[in-house]
Amino acid sequence: MSDATFDVSHADAGSARSAVTEPFYVRALLIGLVVILLGLFLVVPLAAVFAQALALGLGAALATFADPDALAAIGLTLLVAAIAVPCNLVFGIAAAWAIAKFRFPGRAFLVTLIDLPFSVSPVVAGLVYVLLLGPFTPIGAWLLQDYGIRVIFAVPGVVLATVFVTFPFIARELIPLMQDQGTGDEEAALSLGASGWQTFRHVTLPNVKWALLYGVLLCNARAMGEFGAVAVISGKLRGETVTMPLQIELYYQEFRALAQVSAFSLAAVLASLALVTLAIKTWLEWRYSDQLAATRAGH
Amino acid sequence: MRFRQPSIIPGFGLTFSFTIFYLSLIVIIPIVGLFIKTFELEWSDFKRIVTGARFLAALKLSFGASLLAALFNVVVGVVIAWVLVRYRFFARRLLDAIIDLPFALPTAVAGIALTSLYVPEGWFGKLLTPLGVTVAYTPLGIWIALVFIGLPFVVRAVQPVLEDLSVDVEEAAATLGASRRTTIARVVLPAMLPAILTGFSMAFARAVGEYGSVIFIAGNIPRKTEILPLLIVFRLEEREYAAAAAIAAVMLTVSFVILLAINLIQAWSNRRFGNV
Amino acid sequence: MELKIQNIRKEFDRFPALHDVSLDIRSGELIALLGPSGSGKTTLLRLIAGLDFPTAGSILFGDEDASHKSVQERNVGFVFQHYALFRHMTVAENIGFGLKVRPSGSRPSRADIRRRALELLDLVQLTGLENRYPSQLSGGQRQRVALARALAIEPRVLLLDEPFGALDAQVRRDLRRWLREIHEATGHTTVFVTHDQEEALELADRVVVMSQGLIEQVGSADDVYDRPVSPFVYGFIGDSSSLPVRVENGLVWLDDRSIGLEARDVRDGPATLYFRPHDIELLDGCGGCMAGTVVASRRVAGTRRVELQIGGGHQRVEIELPVEHPATGRSRVAFRPRRFKVFAEPVEPTARAGYRTRPEQVPEPSVLPGEIDLLLANRL
Repeated sequence: MSDATFDVSHADAGSARSAVTEPFYVRALLIGLVVILLGLFLVVPLAAVFAQALALGLGAALATFADPDALAAIGLTLLVAAIAVPCNLVFGIAAAWAIAKFRFPGRAFLVTLIDLPFSVSPVVAGLVYVLLLGPFTPIGAWLLQDYGIRVIFAVPGVVLATVFVTFPFIARELIPLMQDQGTGDEEAALSLGASGWQTFRHVTLPNVKWALLYGVLLCNARAMGEFGAVAVISGKLRGETVTMPLQIELYYQEFRALAQVSAFSLAAVLASLALVTLAIKTWLEWRYSDQLAATRAGH
Repeated sequence: MRFRQPSIIPGFGLTFSFTIFYLSLIVIIPIVGLFIKTFELEWSDFKRIVTGARFLAALKLSFGASLLAALFNVVVGVVIAWVLVRYRFFARRLLDAIIDLPFALPTAVAGIALTSLYVPEGWFGKLLTPLGVTVAYTPLGIWIALVFIGLPFVVRAVQPVLEDLSVDVEEAAATLGASRRTTIARVVLPAMLPAILTGFSMAFARAVGEYGSVIFIAGNIPRKTEILPLLIVFRLEEREYAAAAAIAAVMLTVSFVILLAINLIQAWSNRRFGNV
Repeated sequence: MELKIQNIRKEFDRFPALHDVSLDIRSGELIALLGPSGSGKTTLLRLIAGLDFPTAGSILFGDEDASHKSVQERNVGFVFQHYALFRHMTVAENIGFGLKVRPSGSRPSRADIRRRALELLDLVQLTGLENRYPSQLSGGQRQRVALARALAIEPRVLLLDEPFGALDAQVRRDLRRWLREIHEATGHTTVFVTHDQEEALELADRVVVMSQGLIEQVGSADDVYDRPVSPFVYGFIGDSSSLPVRVENGLVWLDDRSIGLEARDVRDGPATLYFRPHDIELLDGCGGCMAGTVVASRRVAGTRRVELQIGGGHQRVEIELPVEHPATGRSRVAFRPRRFKVFAEPVEPTARAGYRTRPEQVPEPSVLPGEIDLLLANRL
């Protein structure tokens, strides 16, 4: 519009008596409704986690972390994340580079393939690996006999399933953003004599660093929290192949009150991680929204 | 005829081959393996599995509850997106941030949290039991869990479209005599339809495959509150791998179809509406 | 339908976008609101439409006070700069929208709506495109659909907000001509907003020149071009050159010399001389005239534009010379403006606080060379 300073944005439309907003009582009603809905569906369950964790007092909650099973679970979760996230980081960057900076047939199909884990049930994700690498399969038997490597019902399987479930996150953050940014910057750098790696490090990477951070955060949160796929593939061997979410299930299924508290204490740790992820995400979107793919199309 | 269009940017060979390698290892081979395993079954066995009472009950439950949850999320999601985009009020940013909670929260945590709320002794259970409403261990509980995990999808799909919808289209409708209600019904909502469909499909797909949030509150009673993914787990534990594979193949096919539908919707809407 | 705008004031969060603006628009006229960004022209248009409400003042449609009517009730046709077409509806559905949403009492039948939409499509010369979607049309076509849509409701007033601003130059020119034709065919009272003076002067019966929330002048194209009443209007409409001068005893002095111009009704003291670069006569010597040194020269279409450094204060003005003129860098050129105006410097600093000129006050027309301006000393 001309007189750009007086562009009537939706924000102003609410404050003035304007033609394109609802009467005040309608607005108040809707806002109230949304607050109640979100409170009931989202906030209360979150609060319940912490409330249940502290049901027998802080001491009981903290006692969870003296339990060797819990510690093993935490350790395994951290290990799995420490492997899965960097692998997927490398993949995400490679895939984004190939897809965003070049044109080739089958590009759209490749993107669809990358999106696959989002529409696949985590149980199915675990299942496909059991069927491929289980000790009764050719490959699995070969690995076991010749190399002594157990994949299914062992840590490698847990890592593998986690990698499957979380690999799209970083790629999906980077691809639309890098596509939007185009190849202009890279071509400029190359024309000035930079090598491919230099261009990547000094030109491409800084352009996408916030989206990258956001993708890593999401990837990490999901890697630590994955349940279905890991439940299928791990065999739930206590102290060995049990991640935090699985340990939560194990605690929960015991009827002792202390075990319940332990379940929720572990859950509270994961919930806190989720909250931190959300907080960082909000901050990133607030400051760097133009550099985040997530603020474009919905994820 | 080159495979890719020529470009001075280096690194295609490296990144492309690594991508294909990674995808093959992690995705393609395992899924192909799944379908191969399925084909190991005799056709008659396959038919028996997919027409078995337990399977059918789980199928109806999973799809039915997911459909209802996704529909509810559409209605609620549109309202939430509207309020977040169009109104300015005190805790708006906070609410906007919390929408993503189901996305970031581990499913097992959501599962036990919801269960603890809705069991008869829970905060909500205590209020609902006197009214004769049981949530925990019933399909209603499953529905609530699926609503929880599907909520962000519709909101996040609709929000950008709403934000992009410039005010002047609504002003135009007003100058032409349309009341606020008519404007929303005839001008705003239709423009949001592709986004709503996309959000719905994503919420639905996620709900059908959901495991962790649901199995705690469902009670997992066979043929009553047993969801499809759980059936797969049982078959696995019984070492009936082919049966598990068959069920998984059915679910995968549905996932593919939904993914395809989403892509088609987006392509169609881009073609039809473009950038006006 | 005539329109009366009375003492309109509009503030956005205490920032005054329009100060006390009054205007009478005659029935059936095509009037332009012309001004730079921030002048308040779009704000005024939106107030007329009912898309915003004034902080004070009233707007009358005919004899009826419309100030508190909602936009839906005012029955105005509004054409937006970016068309605002409904993307999910065909062209025909877009045009028929205003008729479709009428309450069932006054709504025409579907067949009638379609017929009217097709009629209007013919009027805007887009026959055959009724089933297309907006995304399949060019910018010029979309704008014509937008106009047809606004006309469909038989508006009392037609309002256009920089209707051609988003279009290519050639398309803009074509549509300008076409809008004039439509206006002549339909006869609606039409108000349009533009920052393009060429457009305003070409199209409008009258032009309202606005600046910073005030109306500077209202008049025909000739009026605002030949008889501008304020420095702003002189500078905004057409080319102009200006020089700081002094008025003493009715004569214009530059530095320490009289330049042979009379400013009889201008107050003594500092002032600004305005003239048009092409409206000058060249002189050989300079007894009482202006002379300057050429510092820059460029060729513009059929003439040469030359920048002269004048006087001791290193002032620069632009004048037009014939292409064959031998002026080169550093040569001296002497000239006198044929037509000019002198505006005295305001006594107090120009704080745009209140009421400016009364909009209809146009100086007595007089086209003698060396015309002297009538100073409006009450310019605050």
